[in-house]
Amino acid sequence: MSKELVISTQKLTKKFGEFVAVNEITFDVRKGEIFGFLGANGAGKTTAMRMLCGLSKPSAGEAKVAGFNVYNQAEKIKQNIGYMSQKFSLYEDLTVIENIRFFGGIYGLKPKEISNRSNELINSLALDQQKNILVKSLPLGWKQKLAFSVAIIHNPKIVFLDEPTGGVDPVIRRQFWDMIYQAVDDGITVFVTTHYMDEAEYCDRISMMVDGDLAALDSPANLKQKFAVESMDQVFYELARGAKRGD
Amino acid sequence: MKEVRLDSISKSYLKGQMAIDHVSFEVNCGELFGLIGPDGAGKTTLFRILTTLLLADSGSAIVSGNDVVKDYKNIRKSVGYMPGKFSLYQDLTVRENLHFFATMFNTTIEENYELVKEIYFQIEPFNQRRAGNLSGGMKQKLALCCALIHNPKVLFLDEPTTGVDAVSRKEFWEMLKRLKDKGITILVSTPYMDEASLCEKIALIQEGKILSVDTPSAIIAQYPKQLYAVKSHQMGKLLDKLRRTPEIDSANAFGEYHHITFVEDKPIEKEQLAQLLQLNEELIMTNTTPTIEDCFIDLMKAS
Repeated sequence: MSKELVISTQKLTKKFGEFVAVNEITFDVRKGEIFGFLGANGAGKTTAMRMLCGLSKPSAGEAKVAGFNVYNQAEKIKQNIGYMSQKFSLYEDLTVIENIRFFGGIYGLKPKEISNRSNELINSLALDQQKNILVKSLPLGWKQKLAFSVAIIHNPKIVFLDEPTGGVDPVIRRQFWDMIYQAVDDGITVFVTTHYMDEAEYCDRISMMVDGDLAALDSPANLKQKFAVESMDQVFYELARGAKRGD
Repeated sequence: MKEVRLDSISKSYLKGQMAIDHVSFEVNCGELFGLIGPDGAGKTTLFRILTTLLLADSGSAIVSGNDVVKDYKNIRKSVGYMPGKFSLYQDLTVRENLHFFATMFNTTIEENYELVKEIYFQIEPFNQRRAGNLSGGMKQKLALCCALIHNPKVLFLDEPTTGVDAVSRKEFWEMLKRLKDKGITILVSTPYMDEASLCEKIALIQEGKILSVDTPSAIIAQYPKQLYAVKSHQMGKLLDKLRRTPEIDSANAFGEYHHITFVEDKPIEKEQLAQLLQLNEELIMTNTTPTIEDCFIDLMKAS
């Protein structure tokens, strides 16, 4: 893994009125890393992710993403990241190919690149037969795989995945992780949230938010050792059960 | 006694695409029964048929002694249903929602307070807040109270723990166990395979078909092969090599370890396997007990 930092934060904070959603979190994400971002509901994960994606201005602290400052270079950040969530990823009323072209355009690819990348994607996902059907009629598993491919169509420095595998069947869930590993081999850094604790094991490092604080940050092996437990499930439980904020 | 019985229920929405394909199973009185499968497997369709909100194309089903078609009015009085999507009145307050549902069922909050007390207690401080302004966890608790306020015989919970973190999920399941102890039959659906062990009996469902119905321990006991857990330093490369080894039947990532089975269930010693894989690093290999997810993957492959 290289020493180059793709994300670097210093006491990053977000307040909504009196409420401190994210409280002085400091961490780095290295290039080529799979960085797991965990926490209980309401711990502040989404707020932190929105700041890192350039969608929400911090109240205090510093953060650089893909080399750009979250305060005044948000547009640059958006061009250099990919984003996919379980809730929103593709337009259901557009066809497979229309979605690919649309997102290619949004991410600023040139027409020639869009057409090349579209063909590559259709081939690698074996979607040739389905390219002209509406995304809403694709099975969920395929939809998620397509959504991930679209999120990295512009070869971003980092891709943010917000619970990408929720509700997906166990076989596709594993195929999805194969795609994540492939993206990492291609030099993309992965920032991922999940409720599946076995997936936490696939991350190089795990950070865990509790009540707006970054309560832990280490490799899964070190975290298990530190808490003297067998599984990430237990690590999560040890850290999160003391949480006061619920969702 | 059987509280719920399905006999070859089928339903299709689009021509030729079966949402539910000849599903049959039984749920005992007072049982905590889990319907486990990924999104799109047919869990919600099945619940909607059993709660008389949707008609099956063929087959029959009985809930608390009532036929889902002929006796639908009786069923609607005697079951509680919590849909996966929040479906209470957003512009009524917490108290108003609960009062509304109690009234709809010809009862009062006071009459069945004992049943919801433990859950309602946690949202009571927000009594005057509109349901639309509650957080996700509180919405879920209110929805559960509304589904319980008429003291139903059978409770249908459609994915109550989806998107809920591990700690809250654990609390929710403890709450379900206490409801079960009060004699309510509970059918709960979930895409999380690790919740299977918290149910007395489970049905694994995929693409509208039931893969297996039994107790979690019986399903695990039926796993056809000896399962091994293996681990080395570079897990990604190891998985790749395992998949390309003809002696290995299945290889799946399972957190810290990969789970493998051998062709014809003929195990290879650890040292020999390491050689076969041309590993330059230590290989850790142990016998392991299958999880429900191992079983699900195996049954998916077989079907």
